Amino acid sequence: MKNLALSPLQAFLFLVVLVSGLILAVIGSGNGYFQTFTALTLINVMLAVSLTMTNGFTGMFSLGHPAFMTMGAYVAILFTYPVGRKGFAMPALPEVIAQIHLPLPLAATVGALVAAFMGWLIGRLVVHLQTHYLAVATLGLIIVVQTFALNLDGFTRGGRGITGVPREASLWLIGICTVLIIVLCWRIKHASLGRAMLAVRENEMAARCFGIDAFRLKLLAFTLGAGIAGFCGALLPHVVSVMSPKSFGLILAFNLIAIIVVGGQGSIVGAILAALFISVGSESLRMVEESTGVYGVTQVIVAVALISFLLVRPKGLFGLKEPLIRSS
Amino acid sequence: MLRVEDLHVTRGRTKVLQGINLEVEAGEIATLIGANGAGKTTTLMALSGLLPVAGGRLELTTEGETIDIGRTRAVDLVRKGIVHCPEGRQIFGRLSIEENLQLGAYLSDDRARIARSISEIYERFPILGERRTMKAGNLSGGEQMMLAIGRALVAQPKLLLLDEPSLGLAPQITEEIFGALEDLNREQGVTMLIVEQNAMLALELANRAFVIETGRIVLNGTGKELLDDPAVFEAYLGVG
Repeated sequence: MKNLALSPLQAFLFLVVLVSGLILAVIGSGNGYFQTFTALTLINVMLAVSLTMTNGFTGMFSLGHPAFMTMGAYVAILFTYPVGRKGFAMPALPEVIAQIHLPLPLAATVGALVAAFMGWLIGRLVVHLQTHYLAVATLGLIIVVQTFALNLDGFTRGGRGITGVPREASLWLIGICTVLIIVLCWRIKHASLGRAMLAVRENEMAARCFGIDAFRLKLLAFTLGAGIAGFCGALLPHVVSVMSPKSFGLILAFNLIAIIVVGGQGSIVGAILAALFISVGSESLRMVEESTGVYGVTQVIVAVALISFLLVRPKGLFGLKEPLIRSS
Repeated sequence: MLRVEDLHVTRGRTKVLQGINLEVEAGEIATLIGANGAGKTTTLMALSGLLPVAGGRLELTTEGETIDIGRTRAVDLVRKGIVHCPEGRQIFGRLSIEENLQLGAYLSDDRARIARSISEIYERFPILGERRTMKAGNLSGGEQMMLAIGRALVAQPKLLLLDEPSLGLAPQITEEIFGALEDLNREQGVTMLIVEQNAMLALELANRAFVIETGRIVLNGTGKELLDDPAVFEAYLGVG
């Protein structure tokens, strides 16, 4: 195994080749279903990698990703929805914004910035909470954001949801973002910043002895994670063309936690592999559900699989390690 | 170098420190001895900014510059050279030895300097150098203590605060650790304030010693004076 390990640069090239090969193959197949599935899987990879930074590096237990995704999604849609239809779909929208049309990468960036700002604001209040207290607070946040989305129907059409969101999220855009986000999180982990985050996770008191400001690092990880979640949330409705307050909820929060726990908290390679595995697994199970008519089996099987997995490997697949890649 | 007058610290509703007076000169090894719960660890935490000071004057003078410890953030105290090596070693168990040492220099951007400091640590404690990629949690207690000291040294302390370096170590290992501390003091002139329950060992090493009892300093003198003091002998050095 040691001899097969790649250097970080080789691993990066491998990742680029793999992602672009996958996208070329899927586009070449001309199969819309495969294209959508690949897009959703790559977004899951981004979400998992960013959550393994927020939670895995610092030892926090945030479930808040879906809340920030919802924010990013609605904000981005404000700028990408066809101008002609904004008037009746989003009557509360101020005229100034209603006239603006942005291409998706820009709109998603605006969504990400708004989500990151909200993450920073909320993070200031919650990141000092330990373990399950933070989990409960962020769980509450998902519900608060969903309730806002439901009731701000002048912007969101409430429970009816927004349909006809332009399908502008190309596979290439998603692929490039996936690579960039993986590289970003990798660089953070292997820089002094990431090392300090890991130190906070290992021993907050000792970290403070060396001038490491635990609160600021946790807030930074929380804010960055919120921003990336906002960006992913903004991409998703532009893949499936609909958005509703229930699009990103508790089940997604659970699935994301399952992914990073299986991958090993803090392992980027682990998060990527687990995201691929769980995406493919739950999609196959969904097909089984549809053909047999027994719905809800997916959640049960994922939950049972997670528990059994943790009985065997409590630290996840890889713990903190990055298998197959040499440390530089 | 360090001057503490009438230090008060409150934790919760308990007045843990009720007037501590300490003075440590540059280049000295000072020790603070006393029973469990007397306030030794609290004193160190107040000095390194990890606990807020409720009253008193705490001054650190380095290179002709005097700062008020009670009004300086913990981060800036580390920058000024007060480095706290906490009780129970507190190494980062799942990180490698090298990463632990690098974290000691978190506030420094000078990579060449950090690399030099780390290789000095490896010279001083060769066992750490041999195992630099090993997870720190897999080291023995004595090796973890060496790592904790090494990590603190990488932070380039002018005043090193050591909380119970002998905790949980076999007597022979403890002697080794104290020997290493003595070498450090002699070779690099690092000023130290050591909190210890093993009073005999600490007094033998120290130029200056303080005895703390329920939040107050009740005795001070040179290490030798206290070793020969019958009251100290009775209370802290008696067998059992």
